[in-house]
Amino acid sequence: MLARVRQFFAARGVLEVETPVLARHGVTDRHLSSLTTSLQGLAPTATPLYLQTSPEFAMKRLLAAGCGPIYQIGKAFRDGERGRQHNPEFTMLEWYRPGFDHHQLMDEVDALLGDILGTPPAARWTYGALFEHHVGIDPHTARQDQLEAVARSCGIDPSTELAAGLGRDDWLDLLMTHGIEPRLPRDRPAIVHDYPASQAALARLRTEGSVQVAERFEVYAGGLELANGFHELTDAAEQRERFEADRAARAAAGLPRPAIDERLLAALEHGLGACAGIALGIDRLLMVLTGAERIEQVLSFSIERA
Amino acid sequence: MATHSTNQFRSGLKVMLDNDPCSMIEAEFVKPGKGQAFVRVRLRNLLTGRVLEKTFKSGESIEAADVLETPMQYLYNDGENWHFMEPSSYEQYEASADTVGDTKLWIKDEDTCDVTLWNNRVISVAAPNFVVLEVTETDPGLKGDTSSGGSKPATLETGAVVRVPLFISIGEKLRIDTRTGVYVSRG
Repeated sequence: MLARVRQFFAARGVLEVETPVLARHGVTDRHLSSLTTSLQGLAPTATPLYLQTSPEFAMKRLLAAGCGPIYQIGKAFRDGERGRQHNPEFTMLEWYRPGFDHHQLMDEVDALLGDILGTPPAARWTYGALFEHHVGIDPHTARQDQLEAVARSCGIDPSTELAAGLGRDDWLDLLMTHGIEPRLPRDRPAIVHDYPASQAALARLRTEGSVQVAERFEVYAGGLELANGFHELTDAAEQRERFEADRAARAAAGLPRPAIDERLLAALEHGLGACAGIALGIDRLLMVLTGAERIEQVLSFSIERA
Repeated sequence: MATHSTNQFRSGLKVMLDNDPCSMIEAEFVKPGKGQAFVRVRLRNLLTGRVLEKTFKSGESIEAADVLETPMQYLYNDGENWHFMEPSSYEQYEASADTVGDTKLWIKDEDTCDVTLWNNRVISVAAPNFVVLEVTETDPGLKGDTSSGGSKPATLETGAVVRVPLFISIGEKLRIDTRTGVYVSRG
């Protein structure tokens, strides 16, 4: 399968790159937790290093340096994530397309899935249309109490401790994972795009009528969340604001606050041209290809046996 | 108070939920790539048998239920309660008719049952998968009568009524699958 992925990108003139797995800066995203290690041998004092949660920052620095379209197949690490579809160490395929918007990148990931999985073209919905269709609510404008009422009527029953800490986006996530994902088609991939601005992560925002949407998309196949893509945010000042907001949210949640990656911001200030990028879980792609029910079926050794 | 954290969740784990003991059927770690991690659990309430679904925050801890499943010997029924004995300690436990439920149709003195205790109180009793019981009442079978699909009802010594082949007569011992209530063979 990896050979076919490489052929796919070679035929399209996308360059394979490698970037460091270890970095001086961790991710600030509130819902990701980095593994850390420490470098002893070079400096007078030990330097803490983060194992990457994705190669995004390093690849964006390459893009800002003018490398053109690139892809990478490499390991990524996320602390605390273990389940049927999660292993703390996993393999990620990430690629960037200068000049593409998120719709062109959706076309390309759909072509890749067709190539690897033999699937017909993906069904595409906006996040808003999907929620309207399955749970009858507008996810961009509904109030939190309305989302909660719909979620509870769908049989979603959070524990007291969980419910106490749930924000608007968390209720949207619950509806998505419990109420909508199980009803996505299985005979072809599904792509959901134009997320609420509050779930933009590193995507550009666009004003659509009276609401702001994020030019972000998620790809599902065989019932698994397979990939997340962005029409990338390239504005250094806005990126810094989002990092600061993430750090404030982490502080409020009592989580560690990794320093902001100034090298990434310097690269953005230098100039990152308009581009779209996507990260796809290779282990999950292999699960869909082989019909595996659990991720350890496609890993040589899962974390328990690593 | 013992607790279990979500990373210990697995099928068969016994926990307290809304003051009732429950057994986990299934626990799944759910995490959107860009969102909060949840643990979605299906549980069976051990008192009512009802299956329910609950979602926990990843890392949350919940109270463990002091539930023990153990084989015990059925001793007797005093007209109101059913009495069981733990074979190694000889300790005796009683269970109400409600708790024993349909299991009473299949057990007779000295049978070994799977008894579930919660805080040392019997909350459920399961009959052995197969039991051998004597027929106390059934019509004589008529040769060649296949109008009723080749079977007839028979009442067993415990009061249970099962469908049996026409050749079975009163006093015979039959092997019954208690999970389905179906006649298997002559015992």
